[in-house]
Amino acid sequence: MSTSSVAAPAPQPIGRPVWRRLLGFNLLTAVLLGVGGYYLGWWIGHLINGPSFEYETATDENDVALLLAYTFGVIGFLIGLGFANYPISRLLGRPASLREKESEGIGRYFGLCTDHKVVGMQYMVGIGVFFFVGGLNAMLIRAELLKPVPTFVGPNQYLSLVGMHGTMMMGMMTSGVLGPFANYFVPLMIGARRMAFPRIESLTFWLLMAAGFILVSTIFFGGFPTGWTGYEPLNDQAVMGMDSYIVFFALVGISMALLGLNMMGTIITMRAPGMTWSRLPIFVWSVFATAILMVLAAPMLVATLLMAALDRTIDTSFFVAGGGGSSYLFENLFWFFGHPEVYILALPGFGIILELIPVFTRKPLWGYKLAVSGMLGVSLMSFFVWQHHLFVSGINADLRPFYMLSTEIISVPTGFIFLCVMGTLWKARMTFAVPMLFCLAWVFNFLIGGLSGVVLSDVPTDTGLHGSFFVMAHFHYTIMGGLIFGFFAAIYYWVPKMTGLRFNEMLAKWHFWLMFIAFNSTFLPLFVLGLKGMPRRVSTYEPALQGLNDWVSISAFVLGISMLIFIFNVVYSLIFVRKPAEANPWRSKSIEWQLPTPIPVNNFEQIPVFDSDPYDYGTPLQIDGGGSGQPATAGA
Amino acid sequence: MSSSQAARPGEVPPEPNHTFRFAVLWLVTTVIALPLVIFLIGPLIGPGNGSAQSSGQGTDFTVLAVLATPVLTLVVFYLLYAVVFFRQPQGGTLEGPAVRGHARVQTTWIIITSLMVLAVAVFGTARLEADNGSGSGSGPNPLTVPSGPKLPVQVIAQQWLFTYRYPTYGGVETTELVLPNNQMVEVHVTSLDVVHSFWAYKLGVKADANPGVDNVAFVKPTKLESFTVRCAELCGVWHGYMYNTGRVVTPAAFATWIHEQQTRLAPATKVLPKYSTTYLPEPKKRAEPE
Repeated sequence: MSTSSVAAPAPQPIGRPVWRRLLGFNLLTAVLLGVGGYYLGWWIGHLINGPSFEYETATDENDVALLLAYTFGVIGFLIGLGFANYPISRLLGRPASLREKESEGIGRYFGLCTDHKVVGMQYMVGIGVFFFVGGLNAMLIRAELLKPVPTFVGPNQYLSLVGMHGTMMMGMMTSGVLGPFANYFVPLMIGARRMAFPRIESLTFWLLMAAGFILVSTIFFGGFPTGWTGYEPLNDQAVMGMDSYIVFFALVGISMALLGLNMMGTIITMRAPGMTWSRLPIFVWSVFATAILMVLAAPMLVATLLMAALDRTIDTSFFVAGGGGSSYLFENLFWFFGHPEVYILALPGFGIILELIPVFTRKPLWGYKLAVSGMLGVSLMSFFVWQHHLFVSGINADLRPFYMLSTEIISVPTGFIFLCVMGTLWKARMTFAVPMLFCLAWVFNFLIGGLSGVVLSDVPTDTGLHGSFFVMAHFHYTIMGGLIFGFFAAIYYWVPKMTGLRFNEMLAKWHFWLMFIAFNSTFLPLFVLGLKGMPRRVSTYEPALQGLNDWVSISAFVLGISMLIFIFNVVYSLIFVRKPAEANPWRSKSIEWQLPTPIPVNNFEQIPVFDSDPYDYGTPLQIDGGGSGQPATAGA
Repeated sequence: MSSSQAARPGEVPPEPNHTFRFAVLWLVTTVIALPLVIFLIGPLIGPGNGSAQSSGQGTDFTVLAVLATPVLTLVVFYLLYAVVFFRQPQGGTLEGPAVRGHARVQTTWIIITSLMVLAVAVFGTARLEADNGSGSGSGPNPLTVPSGPKLPVQVIAQQWLFTYRYPTYGGVETTELVLPNNQMVEVHVTSLDVVHSFWAYKLGVKADANPGVDNVAFVKPTKLESFTVRCAELCGVWHGYMYNTGRVVTPAAFATWIHEQQTRLAPATKVLPKYSTTYLPEPKKRAEPE
């Protein structure tokens, strides 16, 4: 990017009366228009879906009305936020601008803002809230499983809890790292002033918030019984709460595809001079690999859900066997998205770990090219493994050896990441700051997750384990142990930069140790439960398994408490104590730490010129890499 | 990247030979762990020896666990070793050696992991085909079919129960699954509504029940016992309650039982639809909410 193309920030008029500011495009108008759109859609739905639809007379359900209500509600919400303003003003011939709301005060966090740092903070808080909701569901699930018979929730509520937990986590947390950290730090790390598409960046966030709200609203429509996979034809049969799932996941899919596209565009086109592909920070590489998956996989999800919605509303039968469709079709389409999806969750974790470990070991990243090829390899391979979710379904049974092989091959590029971590730790000078503790825990967790994955990829052993708690334990090890531990490492590492405030170290250490121990104490026994034949997603189980289940539940509550410690730490350290953080507490050589806090709206006064990758640590042995690792002209 | 060995930073005393020490640590822990895995954990992790298939799965579990053990000890003990020996001294600001890679280590790692992965895949494929699908649902036309006489049994799943039809005994439909011991059984699984999964844990059988699909699994019970059949695919509100009990009995007892059923259920069998590998009822639009 050349520096000359940057337009000066348009100053916003200050001192407008309050009523005038409330009338503008902000969260308030967004909510008003959103609710208005919702009822408009509801009304139209009832208008067009009258008595001519016979099933509508049999039940008091109207999927058309609900789907239209959600759609119109989301459109109204986005218009209220001001997403329509710019296209309209361009149509009217007004000049182009890349900036919106960037110079406002606290108000910029509550609306459409094109500053990537603001969007990063918005994501952090927004995703955090929904992560908390999803976690709360998990606590309720574990409370119900304290006894082998239903105690305080009925089977329908239980399935809704399971579905909400799974869908919330799998949907919202896809952007768990890319949302907050990639939006915030990728432009900084590559020396750009903004993302390639700043308005779309903001759009991805607000779509996700609307989606999360819609998913929670499922409780008003009877919940949904399918879990996060939404298998047909159960999906077709389910009550109206299922529509919330469909709209939620479709919006997440759109948000994901746009986010991925934006990241790819930014990384490809907006790198500063000298930021060659081989100097790109490894975190940016992981974001790039994830973005490829998001762009290619998410549209599949949206299309699948559109088909499901058509089945539910106008009685097409894509997935209904009695009408000529096939339940296999849904399973295939869903997992063609669903397997890349789990790597969308895992890959950013790889990036964070590899980005942070050099800082805390005072060594350059060992095997940079291996790590990059590992990430791209995982990203590519993940499109060729989806049928391992269908090993016992009877579909393409003759192809199972192929999917067995491809699934096991994916552990080779994953192994690269482990080798790079181990190589970086070799003869290191480790300090055990909290982010580093999370990184080390990641190595252990992901190892267990990966090894249990090999057992699941083998058809004979998978026959006993498919659909059991073993699978559940496996993917919690890879996603919670992988992504969420990486997520917290990133929080403790980068939030001091983002906010300029420091966390209470003691509380952070308590959080880590409690979380690490409780996490393993929760999910290791689940492997045993799975091996003993306990299926997933049931609220009743054999009384003989109660002891182990109680152990798991109590550990899960401790895990919940560790999260409360984290929340307490956030409130205590960032809201009440507000101790300013050091400029560069980790002595990192990455560029974002060389910038002033808070980072100015334009990031850099002059676009920096890079002459090395950011891993210039250690006592040099010979001339390799070279350079100072710092931009020649950082705006510091 | 560069392939130089790590040199020690100038200001610290000579370091021990970490490579050798860690290699010994890894070898010792692996040698200790392997017998534990084979003889202590191995027998515990399979689904038991209720059938030829479940015994086979038990063997596969043990083999995979044996292959995983060196990897587990390698990474875990490496992590511990690094945490103990590769630390920054208290308050220190030492830098580590600026090693950016090691071509030989990387190549070796790639070759060894690839070979291990290929071995696992070849082993899995061989076991899968040799064991006629290892009890898994293998679609309407399984690649390998066991030789010799087979008893066909159809499992019909619907919300929220399993029924069983014996096509060679006049298509009689029972609510209990009874199987003769030491007889290869050909299980045909199908569904009448949503996706279910037929799972007899002790027999090592699992096959999804899809509407309009015939999913075949082979199992040869080897132990006289009763077993639980449950649904392993989320199928709606009462999914957790979709289980019943089956029995493996002697061939003579099976003959007596099935004739008894044929007589007792003759009036019902007459009105049943003709035996077919799949049944396609009219699609049901909505289940009763709760």
